[in-house]
Amino acid sequence: MDPTILFLVIVGLCILAYVAGLKRAYAVAGGRREVKNLHSLPSYYGWLAALWCGVPALLLYGFWLAFEPSIIINVVLNHLPQEMRDLPSDRITLIVNEIRNIVTGAIKSPDDPALMAAAQQYGRVRSLSHVALAVAALSVGIAGAGTVWWRIRPAFRARNQVEFVMKMLMVLCSTIAILTTIGIVASVLFESIRFFRAVPITEFLFGLEWNPQIAIRADQVAGSGAFGAVPVFAGTLLISAIALLVSVPIGLLAAIYLSEYAGSKMRSAAKPLMEVLAGIPTVVYGFFAALVVAPTIRDTGGLLGLHIASESALAAGFVMGIMIIPFVSSLSDDVINAVPQAMRDGSYGLGATKSETIKKVVIPAALPGIVGGVLLATSRAIGETMIVVMAAGLAANLTANPFEAVTTVTVQIVTLLTGDQEFDNPKTLAAFALGLVLFVATLILNIIALHVVRKYREQYE
Amino acid sequence: MNNPVSEQNRSPVGDRVRTIDIVHKGLAARYRAERRFRLYGLGAIIISLLFLTIVFVSIFSKGYTAFWQTYVKLDIYFDPSLVKPNNPSEGNYQAMVKAALGKMFPKARSRLGKRHLNALISPGAAFQLRRMVAEDPDLMGKTSPVWVPANDDVDMLVKGNTDRLVAEGTRRLKDDQLVWMDKLIADGRVEKRFNWMFFESGDSREPELAGIRGALMGSFFTLIVTFSLSFPIGVAAAVYLEEFAPTNRFTDLIEVNINNLAAVPSIVFGLLGLAVFINFFNFPRSAPLVGGLVLTLMTLPTIIIASRASLKSVPPSIREAALGIGASHMQTVTHHVLPLALPGILTGTIIGMAQALGETAPLLMIGMVAFIVDIPSGFTDPATVLPVQVYLWADSPERGFVEKTSAAIMVLLTFLVIMNATAVLLRRRFERRW
Repeated sequence: MDPTILFLVIVGLCILAYVAGLKRAYAVAGGRREVKNLHSLPSYYGWLAALWCGVPALLLYGFWLAFEPSIIINVVLNHLPQEMRDLPSDRITLIVNEIRNIVTGAIKSPDDPALMAAAQQYGRVRSLSHVALAVAALSVGIAGAGTVWWRIRPAFRARNQVEFVMKMLMVLCSTIAILTTIGIVASVLFESIRFFRAVPITEFLFGLEWNPQIAIRADQVAGSGAFGAVPVFAGTLLISAIALLVSVPIGLLAAIYLSEYAGSKMRSAAKPLMEVLAGIPTVVYGFFAALVVAPTIRDTGGLLGLHIASESALAAGFVMGIMIIPFVSSLSDDVINAVPQAMRDGSYGLGATKSETIKKVVIPAALPGIVGGVLLATSRAIGETMIVVMAAGLAANLTANPFEAVTTVTVQIVTLLTGDQEFDNPKTLAAFALGLVLFVATLILNIIALHVVRKYREQYE
Repeated sequence: MNNPVSEQNRSPVGDRVRTIDIVHKGLAARYRAERRFRLYGLGAIIISLLFLTIVFVSIFSKGYTAFWQTYVKLDIYFDPSLVKPNNPSEGNYQAMVKAALGKMFPKARSRLGKRHLNALISPGAAFQLRRMVAEDPDLMGKTSPVWVPANDDVDMLVKGNTDRLVAEGTRRLKDDQLVWMDKLIADGRVEKRFNWMFFESGDSREPELAGIRGALMGSFFTLIVTFSLSFPIGVAAAVYLEEFAPTNRFTDLIEVNINNLAAVPSIVFGLLGLAVFINFFNFPRSAPLVGGLVLTLMTLPTIIIASRASLKSVPPSIREAALGIGASHMQTVTHHVLPLALPGILTGTIIGMAQALGETAPLLMIGMVAFIVDIPSGFTDPATVLPVQVYLWADSPERGFVEKTSAAIMVLLTFLVIMNATAVLLRRRFERRW
């Protein structure tokens, strides 16, 4: 039976189970008017039956389909001719792909009859497996629903059980956040460890040359890769620093004006407009940077007699700064508003002007929160991808000159991972090592920032 | 403040300097500083709004022309000798276009001249003729005027994006081509029409044939996966954390995780998708299903945080009233609290979806960056999404792709504006102050 149809059948069975449970509840209560005899509302009996029918059957369904392909491939591979099974693992992967393509019909007539036979066997085993799945899932579902149906009595506490299941589902949903974190850590960590087996971690962290090429032949000239990531880190920091130089003053001043000076009309008009800047997709900023800002900066530099690369750090950093302005301003706005009015009034009472109050009282009081916001903005800048992919360079230059092209961690991850990948090649694995550094760096920044902001809020609440 | 000048002119009594005089002396400077500071703040806002305007204006001014496409009228002779008689889908329609062009400009005899001449018309013209013959086989053997799409270089010329004064070597269109085009324009054989192809076709290497339909469908399927997973999971998690969770280490851990995930760079989610979904679970590459899963993990924190804020704003009296008349805890939440919090939850979800729609970086990691001509029709077909299409076109060197990129951005921004406006309206319409 086709899995999609089976899924619909299971859903249909659940509806039947609901109806059956409901009917049974009315029956044991002694009619529709005697519902008061039941412990729970009648629909809970139906729900319970449906849950016991659907949950085990769908769990089985999911696990079966998740593990089915790899098991079937193993079965098929074991029946291949001996000389094919002795091939190296990358060739085996190719054969597996070819078999899959024959099965889906992408390849009509393969050259090798053994492959055709394997594909036919694949199809046979798969249809057998689908029949087995249908039988197993449906019998589990019917058994579950039947058990509940048989147990329904007026005193049966159906509501409590249904609510327990719902609660467990909710717990499950909330643990997904933890699972995601574990998934991120595990995926970048495992591949990074494989990378550090090929390239020592000290070379990666402190090496001054980044040139992720791996020789195809051993005797190739200039084929030895260099995996010293310092130039990449330096480029990331340079671009982030430019972005912060643009966004922090503008964002902070805008937040001060909006929260301290602007009237309510101006505030309600300007704030959403600034938020629009944050809502523009980063790929749009990247296009803007590459097409408008970078040529403008290059030509202006040319007029002044400066040589500015067309993929200069300045262009990417500047546009990234524009993107971060609303981020800085809304975070600062929050913390400035959290400063109690009494502190301002005290300052006014001593005869300070508004700007003096802001500079000498409000800002110092809000400083921890502002610093937290800037840290969050920094982590945003470090992790920003599309702007730098489209507007920053690829070559890793170790320079502090904003007019030259530099590369960043995210650019390198994207270039290493788009295109052909081999997962036994340090070139590909290097991307995961960079990802690990990126994740750890932003995590530390976020934890510090969240801690600072939270501490600060508590202070005035 | 009333008249500091006169106060300053009065000499102090004896040697005693009065404080008020010092204050008055500095007052003018202090007010100047006040005004300056105020101007800085106003300037910062004006500068950021200026950036916003520049971004929009530069995209719009480059992109709006892409909604028109240049067509050229050719008198096509549907030559029966060029087509297999029983199968009109196999035929050399390209040759018909060439013949029509050759008849119009018989002077182009040399190989180079012919190549230049044929380069005026898009390769899509042949497909158009084939489609016409398939729909109406009676056309065979007749001559009829047909409007066919012009090549992108011609399109750029007609739209005024080509500078004729540049030296011929650095120009895409050569001198002879310019002469022919001027002739065609003078004959009224060139026309700009609304570019339906842009909305109806998939990606192409030819700028004049490239469209966003494939990317739109890819985005649609991806967002469906994202929404149908992240909305129920996000709401369930938020309800649990806000209404049921005891304060213990486990729930603390969950909260810390959610807050941190909200700030993890999106590209890291791409690495997760690549390592877990594609390499470990062997999901198909470039599929909207995987893209949707990755974006689900990315938008979940946004939805959970917004939903929790919305649940928190429902006053406790509602809960107490429901509990007081005998509802269970779960009934209180599902029958009363959740419906009241729903507008806020939906607002947060729409904002999360808008984020997901604009997201590019993680999708590059899972292979949605491939060049895909076919329009995807399911969750496991290879597909790309609108922002990735923007990225791909932005990388293409042809001048024609610049306007396509800008136009795709305009479509993307339109969707984002609609989504965000819906969120704002929803909030305005249903927001309740308790």
